[in-house]
Amino acid sequence: MKDDTVKLNLQAVAPATERPISVAIVAMGGQGGGVLTGWIVSLAESQGWVAQSTSVPGVAQRTGATIYYVEMMPPDEAGRQPILAQMPTPGDVDVVMASEYMEAGRSILRGIVTPERTTLIASSHRSLAISEKMAPGDSIADSAAVTDAVGVAALREIIFDMNAIAVENGSVISAALFGSLAASGALPFEREAYYAVIREGGKGVEASIRTFDAAHARASSGPARQEEPAAVPAKPPLPERLAAPRANHLLQRLRSELPPEAHEMAFLGLKKVVDFQDTDYGEEYLDLLARLHAHDRSAGGEAKGWLFTEQAAKYVANAMTYDDLMRVASLKTRLKRRQRIEQELGVSDKHVLQTTEFMHPRMEEFVSALPVGLARWIIARKALYRWLDRRINKGRRVKTYSLHWFLMLYFVGSMKRIRRLTLRHLEETTHRDEWLENAKMLLQTNYELGVEVLRFRRLIKGYSDTHVRGLSKFDKVMRTTLRIAEREDAAQWARLLLASAVKDHAQDGLDGTIKTIETIA
Amino acid sequence: MAERSFAKEVEDLRLGEGDIFRGEGILAITKGLLQAGVSYVGGYQGSPISHLMDVLADANDILEELGVTFQSSASEATAAAMLSASVMYPLRGAVAWKSTVGTNVASDALANLASGGVTGGAMVIIGEDYGEGSSIMQERTHAFAMKSQMWLLDPRPEHECIVNLIEKGYELSEASNTPVMLAVRVRSCHMTGSFVCKDNKRPEFTLKDALNSPKRDLDRIVLPPAAYEHEQEKIKHRMPAAINFIRDNKLNEFFGEKTGKTGIITQGGMYNSLIRALQFLGLSDAYGNTKIPIYVMNVGYPTINSEVEEFCDGLDAVLIVEEGQPEYIEQSISTALSRVSAPTKIRGKAYLPMGGDYTAAVLSDGIGRFLRDFDPVQLGNRPPVPESQPILADPVIQKLKGVVPSRPPGLCTGCPERPIFAAMKLVEEELGQHHVSADIGCHLFSILPPFNIGATTMGYGLGAASAAAFNVKADKRSIAIMGDGGFWHNGLTSGIGNAVFNKHDGVFLIVDNYYSSATGGQDVLSSRAFNKRRNTNNTIVDAVKGIGAKWVRQIDHTYDVTQMRAVLKEALTTEAEGPKIIVASSECMLNKQRRVKPQISKAIKGGKRTVTARFGVDEDVCTGDHACIRLSGCPSLSVKDLGDPLRDDPVASIDNTCVACGNCGEVADAAVLCPSFYQADIVHNPSFWDKLKSSLTMPVIRFLQNRQHRLAASFEA
Repeated sequence: MKDDTVKLNLQAVAPATERPISVAIVAMGGQGGGVLTGWIVSLAESQGWVAQSTSVPGVAQRTGATIYYVEMMPPDEAGRQPILAQMPTPGDVDVVMASEYMEAGRSILRGIVTPERTTLIASSHRSLAISEKMAPGDSIADSAAVTDAVGVAALREIIFDMNAIAVENGSVISAALFGSLAASGALPFEREAYYAVIREGGKGVEASIRTFDAAHARASSGPARQEEPAAVPAKPPLPERLAAPRANHLLQRLRSELPPEAHEMAFLGLKKVVDFQDTDYGEEYLDLLARLHAHDRSAGGEAKGWLFTEQAAKYVANAMTYDDLMRVASLKTRLKRRQRIEQELGVSDKHVLQTTEFMHPRMEEFVSALPVGLARWIIARKALYRWLDRRINKGRRVKTYSLHWFLMLYFVGSMKRIRRLTLRHLEETTHRDEWLENAKMLLQTNYELGVEVLRFRRLIKGYSDTHVRGLSKFDKVMRTTLRIAEREDAAQWARLLLASAVKDHAQDGLDGTIKTIETIA
Repeated sequence: MAERSFAKEVEDLRLGEGDIFRGEGILAITKGLLQAGVSYVGGYQGSPISHLMDVLADANDILEELGVTFQSSASEATAAAMLSASVMYPLRGAVAWKSTVGTNVASDALANLASGGVTGGAMVIIGEDYGEGSSIMQERTHAFAMKSQMWLLDPRPEHECIVNLIEKGYELSEASNTPVMLAVRVRSCHMTGSFVCKDNKRPEFTLKDALNSPKRDLDRIVLPPAAYEHEQEKIKHRMPAAINFIRDNKLNEFFGEKTGKTGIITQGGMYNSLIRALQFLGLSDAYGNTKIPIYVMNVGYPTINSEVEEFCDGLDAVLIVEEGQPEYIEQSISTALSRVSAPTKIRGKAYLPMGGDYTAAVLSDGIGRFLRDFDPVQLGNRPPVPESQPILADPVIQKLKGVVPSRPPGLCTGCPERPIFAAMKLVEEELGQHHVSADIGCHLFSILPPFNIGATTMGYGLGAASAAAFNVKADKRSIAIMGDGGFWHNGLTSGIGNAVFNKHDGVFLIVDNYYSSATGGQDVLSSRAFNKRRNTNNTIVDAVKGIGAKWVRQIDHTYDVTQMRAVLKEALTTEAEGPKIIVASSECMLNKQRRVKPQISKAIKGGKRTVTARFGVDEDVCTGDHACIRLSGCPSLSVKDLGDPLRDDPVASIDNTCVACGNCGEVADAAVLCPSFYQADIVHNPSFWDKLKSSLTMPVIRFLQNRQHRLAASFEA
């Protein structure tokens, strides 16, 4: 330090109390950040400390990201009032509490979590932002990036799913955060003082204290960081044999005809197609896979870990289980479905459960569920078609568990017996065959491209307009791919096309990618 | 009823002499008003002073005991005009609003009030909504104080100081016959703290006294020649009187000792951040003991030149800490000093940013540079300044930047406005994009994802007015949106009346959710609830018809997306002339839940037959396209990964915060999306008939379900 410094006689009361303890609470509006802030202030005041909280509710209280800030200091012997700040200063915050994992990430980006002094107490659960939810496909932000950042930015960390603990104990996340704060020891107050504050609040005291205790225990005993959930659940080994003879036959076929690399996927696919139709359909599935596997072999797939066969097992199963009237009706009447709802909603014998479906079948769906001849006959008669359309194409509120509607759904579901005769089945198989022909053809010249073409199937999903849009995206992607199939880097372009088609519900992005490709083709 | 109840907190307003008050700033201000003996209070809600209005509404009993009249004003203009009660009578009055937006609305009345002057103390509590968390344009109220010559109080963020300035502010107003503004920033309104109370004061002269013996004086009315006389009064009498009062009562404060060559002049509201910044620089302790002198302007306007001259005397340079722009105070002080040829250099925006929050970090940086240039020895005591730059530069944190999604505010779970915008989205798909004028209120969230509807917003209640120019024949009509709050604030006349009068051809959509929801659920004229102190249940449809609208459609259930879409389409395509007005009504879900939830849990506990509902998604039926979310954005509708290797995309999922508003099902139906959604109704304490019906149907259903299960091929080992 320089010699010409003025030594100002600004004595700190004591080194530790020279500056207030600062606590920032980052939350989403409506998450109860205000309650937690109130508790922390009361806690400090109950111990004779001077505390001050501030917040900026405004529009953020409607689900937006917001921040609360508390400063506290022990009382001054001379009775002087400290001057406390109204907002956190980056690099100068002792405790940051985040009620959601991406909000924890945001607090790091604000610079209020620093390795010199900040204890970060955060819930690892996610509440998805609108941008993550609304995008077609998978746009969920990568929590691992937050975890990495926490490791670098925080002095200490207490991170686990506090929302789950709160829900388990019938309370809200504020209580879990408060318990974790007590366990962190960041504030020099006894546990009893925390209880007193919760009790004073008066509302849901028992549940709050239960949650507080559970979080306290988890924060003090648990690992500092929640163990990462294994990215891929351990693969269950394929059963040796099955009890039902027909199912067992299918399983043995699968085991003998397909390479082990594709077994898991093919077994899942097999169950899906049999569930969709019957065991014969399962045989059909395995026939298709066996043929595709032969092509895989001649294209040198062994060296590639039979990727083509494995991906075929996935996408052929999806293609074979298209969403028609029978499938939807059948899924709605399942025993398991009712059990799942009862469990989710905690329905017991004391309650009566009813569900209402929001169905809007159009003439297109109806007619395609008829046998091919009849369907074409109707389609050819415009007036009849329109007349029927007026009767069928409307929203229906279907009370699933009323006798009338259940029988109706059950009947429609059981019509799967004629599924193989329907127009929809014909259309689906034609489309499927064309797609697989293209995949097989391209596989021979460019293995990766063949695999990509299989993956195009991901684009076809949904019902009615969404389904139509999916088909048109598939066509565009397929056409463009065929045009550039000769290029060495065709697989990369195909991957890019698929990615932009998945992301893009209005197709602007896809058209842009296609234009780019046209300039190089 | 407002979103937040202060029923418990308002009891603190009864505290007497010597008691300690603890609580939020806004409550302290209310207590300050009662201690100052106000006769009447009015105002218009809006962050950050919504809670002031809510506190007053909840404190009605206490106000009545004290003989204080409280009104929820129709608008800020109404509130400002209300202060005219203090023109002729010795009545103390206070009004409150969000600023600068509220001051904009009120400025006509304020200018008239300030011209004629007041006899009783008149005070405007200004919620200065500037900086982080603000929801409005970034401007300063300071300009209004200067142009109409009203005194602007800007107290240090400390309850004691604020409450004291309320009392002194009234005395100042009366001593100088001028209305006073008391500005409190967002964080000060929501700041907790304490102060020593005084007894509440009953007004000596009451509104009743005024009505019983009315007075008038032509000289107080803004009409020439009195108006010219008012200007002279302002210059010759009111300003000098105010300056004397402020100086004599030491409203501005001097801290620290003159040891060096520099000093700091700060707005009162910036004081706490300034002290923290000085702490970072080693120039202050935690209690505000500084070795650098500070002049705190608790009065932002007018500048007390003699105090400034005194403070600057002997200093080489002084830094002005003044948040926002233009730098009125810096200009005023520079002018004052240059007129007396004082040698002190005045610096402000040269070291501190022109706009944006003056955080402790911003201030310590600016002050550090100022001292380095003018008084570097002062910096010798500096501890390490906290900083986040090194950690923010870390590549891991840099990577995080691209990951954390923005989280804009949005419509609440179950909001009745969601289906309106979903319907607009569907109409847009059919008839193309239209020009949409938006307004202020919850419905403004439509401009954000997922709806992305709305081109402009021109101010509260001005949604309809801002479509005024588009009154020409074209292929597509304009659409204007306005909430019920904005409608009653001024939209009825400025928007609908204007459209009727000018035979506007556009579509006007009024969102009626029974409350002024965005500001915290206060009642408005068309609220459906019974309010014993207010007149409610006056319909918007009657109002628009009353001023001549012909094509009016009322929708009583906004969740009916199919109907909503049909009416919108009709409005956009009808041959009818004049404005096409749609009133879309359903209760604000936030308020409804607050009202209904306790009733339901009480009914269930009491053994009454009660039906609760929630929506769900059949995972096997959902294909993961997320089209439903692009027409919703509901917080309870999210996506989840099923962990099924056969599926690439997460599927839609509804969590237990769902309130079964019906939007998901309606949208799925209207947009013909998919049959994944279901509504689950649970009958609690079922009646005899419920049980009978269930006992007749369920065995059949179970039989069929078991048969289906049996027939399916089993893959069990």
